[in-house]
Amino acid sequence: MRITQGTFSFLPDLTDDEITAQIGYALGHGWPCAVEFTDDPHPRNTYWEMWGMPMFDLADPAGVLAEVNACREAHPEHYVRVNAYDASLGRQTVALSFLVQRPTAEPGFRLDRAEGADRRIGYTVHSYATERPSGTRYPVPGGHQGNGRAAH
Amino acid sequence: MPRTDPVAGPDGLRAGTPDRPAAGPTRIAFGSAAAPPAPAEPDRSGHDTGPDLGPADTVDLGEVRRSAGVDEVLDALDRELVGLAPVKQRLRELAALLVVDRVRARFGATTDRPTLHMCFTGNPGTGKTTVAQRMAGLLHGLGYLRHGHVVTATRDDLVGQYVGHTAPKTKEIVQKALGGVLFVDEAYYLHRPGNERDYGGEAIEILLQAMEDHREDVAVILAGYADRMDTFFTANPGMQSRIAHHVDFPDFTVTELAEIGQRMVDGLGLTLSAEASVALHDYLELRVEQPWFAGARSVRNALDRARMRQALRLASVTGRVGMPELCTLTAADLRASRVFAGGLAR
Repeated sequence: MRITQGTFSFLPDLTDDEITAQIGYALGHGWPCAVEFTDDPHPRNTYWEMWGMPMFDLADPAGVLAEVNACREAHPEHYVRVNAYDASLGRQTVALSFLVQRPTAEPGFRLDRAEGADRRIGYTVHSYATERPSGTRYPVPGGHQGNGRAAH
Repeated sequence: MPRTDPVAGPDGLRAGTPDRPAAGPTRIAFGSAAAPPAPAEPDRSGHDTGPDLGPADTVDLGEVRRSAGVDEVLDALDRELVGLAPVKQRLRELAALLVVDRVRARFGATTDRPTLHMCFTGNPGTGKTTVAQRMAGLLHGLGYLRHGHVVTATRDDLVGQYVGHTAPKTKEIVQKALGGVLFVDEAYYLHRPGNERDYGGEAIEILLQAMEDHREDVAVILAGYADRMDTFFTANPGMQSRIAHHVDFPDFTVTELAEIGQRMVDGLGLTLSAEASVALHDYLELRVEQPWFAGARSVRNALDRARMRQALRLASVTGRVGMPELCTLTAADLRASRVFAGGLAR
């Protein structure tokens, strides 16, 4: 199941040119960009792992795209997203966040129902990917069994 | 110019590398080759570089120069910068090369992207930083740089304080400079031959790598004194070979310095009286011989001090002063300088 998180998530995956254009838009507004990755696609997983520090004072999208590509190389089967943060007073929040990579196979989610007292039903979303330990959820096809860390 | 994708990463890494096939049956991969191809000549500067041409077409090079704003930048250089004839000549040559390359690319001829990294050598106050700013504007106008901003870096900005600090620090500066010019002032301080535990060498390595990886995105300009830059290049042959343009900045003559001083005064909205112009010339004659002379910067400092003396003189006047008095530097303001009394002891 294709997950839809962040801006543009109902569009076809962005090409590198389109990603560059979006980063350029963010930088044009003075929003510094940060690259984050995860292998836990649960919608409530807001805190992804940071790929390096947020990049301040960049003028050109090439710098962000270089980091995106470095992250893609280190984590070829993870979700990778770019966050653009608007620090202006009154907003001070992530202004734009979009996926730039997703795993080849996305197993999707299952809805769990838990029946409580008085036939009340509690619902929860269960991600099939998280049935395996972190780092082995999206094996690299034909590659080594990734541990989710950069191979050095 | 071979068709290059301006957004491909430093190692051409993108989705769809051999070990990661992007063309799954149901999957539209990020950045996949299935994406519509980028235009053959990406419009990088906002200027239209013009349509592709066939072998029979002809091009008005003057028109190309005008539309890229080359003449504008070069004329402004001639108009606004005093002296520096060899530098201006070098920039004209370079601009001509870039224009011709640009047009060759439109004809479909394969031209390698020219190396834009440069080395500016010259004594302090000979206009290296100013020319670097102009250079950025010129390269931006020609479409070789997307933004044309200048990021100035010195040793402090590039070299870290402990193991593992240098590489991220240097990379950060390089990233900030992407799309513009990275101006490394006094580059020879990066290299400290006596101290093998110094991290300067690491910064140089990262810089060299960035100069290769981001050849398309950034022009690195190293600046410094001629003799010390020569030593620096001897110790770092890799750097020498990656820099295509060595531009030597000659010292200003006294007449040129006086002209610069005149323009500075105009820029401040002041005027020099006739005697003050003579005094300025006399001052510079003496000043160039004295220690710590720093070209145009010394002229600026001298004028700043003259303004202070003028202000003090006016403040101590009893009675009324008008516009002409407030806006005129007199010979006395300049001749009060200690330069006329022999200057600093050597």
